[in-house]
Amino acid sequence: MEALLKILTNLHPEVDFETSTDLVDGKIIDSFDIVSIISEINDEYDVVIPAEEIVPDNFNSAQALYELIVRLEDE
Amino acid sequence: MLFTSYSFIGFIAVVFLLYYLFPRKCQWPFLLAASYTFYFIASPSYLLFIGATTVSTYMTGRRLDALKETQDAYIKANKGSLSREEKKAYKASMKAKQWKWLLGCLLFNLGILAVLKYTNFVIANFNGLLQMFGSGGQISFVDLVLPMGISFYTFQTMGYIIDVYRGTCRAEKNLFRLALFVSFFPQLVQGPISRYSDLAKSLYERHDFDTRTVAYGLYRILWGYFKKAMIADRILTAVNAIIQNPDTYQGGFVFVGMMFYAFELYADFTGGIDITIGIAETMGITVAENFRRPYLSKNIKEYWNRWHITMGTWFTDYIFYPISVCKPMLNVSKASRAKFGDFIGKRVPVYLSSFAVWFTTGIWHGASWNFIVWGLMNFVVIMISQECEPLYKKFHNRFHVKDKRWYGVFEILRTILLMSSLRMFDCYRDVPLTFRMFGNMFTHFRLSELHTEAFLELGLTGADYALLSVCLLLLFAVSLIEEKKGSVRDLIFAAPEIVRYAVFYVLVLSVIIFGAYGIGFDQSQFIYNQF
Repeated sequence: MEALLKILTNLHPEVDFETSTDLVDGKIIDSFDIVSIISEINDEYDVVIPAEEIVPDNFNSAQALYELIVRLEDE
Repeated sequence: MLFTSYSFIGFIAVVFLLYYLFPRKCQWPFLLAASYTFYFIASPSYLLFIGATTVSTYMTGRRLDALKETQDAYIKANKGSLSREEKKAYKASMKAKQWKWLLGCLLFNLGILAVLKYTNFVIANFNGLLQMFGSGGQISFVDLVLPMGISFYTFQTMGYIIDVYRGTCRAEKNLFRLALFVSFFPQLVQGPISRYSDLAKSLYERHDFDTRTVAYGLYRILWGYFKKAMIADRILTAVNAIIQNPDTYQGGFVFVGMMFYAFELYADFTGGIDITIGIAETMGITVAENFRRPYLSKNIKEYWNRWHITMGTWFTDYIFYPISVCKPMLNVSKASRAKFGDFIGKRVPVYLSSFAVWFTTGIWHGASWNFIVWGLMNFVVIMISQECEPLYKKFHNRFHVKDKRWYGVFEILRTILLMSSLRMFDCYRDVPLTFRMFGNMFTHFRLSELHTEAFLELGLTGADYALLSVCLLLLFAVSLIEEKKGSVRDLIFAAPEIVRYAVFYVLVLSVIIFGAYGIGFDQSQFIYNQF
C-alpha cells in the first residue's frame, strides 16, 4: 500500500490519497492520470490492469485500487 | 424523413398513440416494428445493412456467452483437481477463443462501415497520388449507399459486443430485443451512442401512460424544435453565404461565419438530441444525455467532457484505455522511460493513444481530410494544454485569479473561441482553404466592413437578426439556470399551472410562427445526420 501511495502522491502531491474516496467521481484524477498510474503499477507490482477494470469504483480511492491490485495478483 | 418534417411529426404522433394503446407486453415489439418502418421509409436497402450488423452481433454475443458458461462449468466441475497454473492456462485459452469471435465481429461490422463510408475517400486519395507521380490512369468512384446513422449504430453494437466480451454485460438472448437496441428510431438519426446497460432496461420495460413523464418529454421535444427551427435553420442561411463565398467574405466576416457556425452547430446538434431524448421520454424510455452545456467549459478538456458525451466516453472506454494500458504499450512505455527518462516515458502511452483517439474521432465524423485534420488539431491543442497545466497552476497561485468571476468568463470565452476556430474545418471546402481563411481572419480584419448593410446581404433580415438575438439570449439564460440551479423543466413544473401552460404555448407558437419554415428557408437536415 505504501508503494501505491507513493505513486499517487508523486502524481498529485496536493491530494490526501489516504482519505480521498472520490478521486474519479470528484474529477481529482482524469484519464491521463489513470494511464500513468496503471503504467507505474505495472512497474511496481508487475500487474497489468486491463481496460475493463478501469471503472470509477476501482479508482475512486487508494484502498479500492490496492484491493484491485491484490485481486489481480491472485488471479 | 427529416426530424423537422411534418411527416416525421405525424409518424411520432401515430407511434406514440399506438405505443400506449397496444397491450403493454407488445410495447417493445411495436417499437421495433416502428423503428424498422422508419428505416424502411428512409430507404429499403438500409435494412440489409442494419440487419447484417444486428445478426452478426447477436450471434457473436451468444457465442461469447456460451464460451463463458462452458468455462465456468469446467472450472466448477474441476475445482479440486485444477492447480492455479492450470486454471490460469485454461482461462487464457478460453479468452483467446472469445477474442477471435470478438475480433471477427468487430472486423465484419467495421468492414461494412469502412467500405460504405471510406471507399471513395481512399480512391480519391489514390487518384491524387497517381496524379502526383504523373500517371494518367484514374480509378473510377464507386456508387455506394451510406445507410442513415450507420456510424452511430455500428459504434453502439461494437460497444455492446466489447462489453459482452469483457463480461460487463450479458449477451441479449432475444434477437428481436437486440434488433430494437440497435435500431431504436429516435436515436438512429444522430445518436446518442447508447450503452446496452444504460438503455436496455427502460427500452424493454412495460410503461403505463404517465401524464408527467409525457409532459416532460413534450417540453424537451419542443425545446429541441425551438433550437433547430428558430436558431440553427435561421442562422444557416448566413453561415452558408459566408463559407461558400470565401473570396467575398473575408477578414471580419470569417470571424462572424466562425461564430455563427458555432451557434448553428450547437443549436442543431443539441436540438436534435433534445428531440431524441424527448421522444423516448414520452414513452418512458431513458436515453443517455449527450451534452452538459459545453459552451460554459473553462478549458478544452472540460469541453470534451460536456460535448457529445456518449461519443467521448465511447472513445475513452473502447479505444483510449485499451490502447494505453495494453501489455505492448506498457512495454513501450517502460522502454521509453529507460531510454529517454521518466518525463518522456510517462507520456508515450498517453500521447500515442490520444493520437489514435483523435484520428478516429476525426475520420468517424466524415471521410475527408478536413475532419481528420480537425481531429488531429484537437489532439495537438489538448496535449499543449495538458503540458501547460503546471504553468497555469503557477499563474493561478501567483495572481490568485482562479476564483475571480471575470477570470472564469475569460476562460469560457477563450474555450469558445478556440473550439469555434477548430470547427472552421467543418466549414470550408478543404484544409488549405481553412488554414488560409483562418489567417485571413486576422490579416484582413476591418471593423468598418462589419456594418448593417453587409449583414443584411447575408440573406437574413433585420427581424431575423432581432429574433436570433432574443433566441440566443434565451438559450444562454436557460444554460446558466441549468448550470446553477439544475433542470429548467423541474422549475417550470414546480411553478403555478398557468406558467407551465404559458411556456408550452409560447414554445409551440414561436416554433410555428417564427420557425424557419417561411419563404426562402429550407428545412435542413441535421448536421450530425451525415455522420
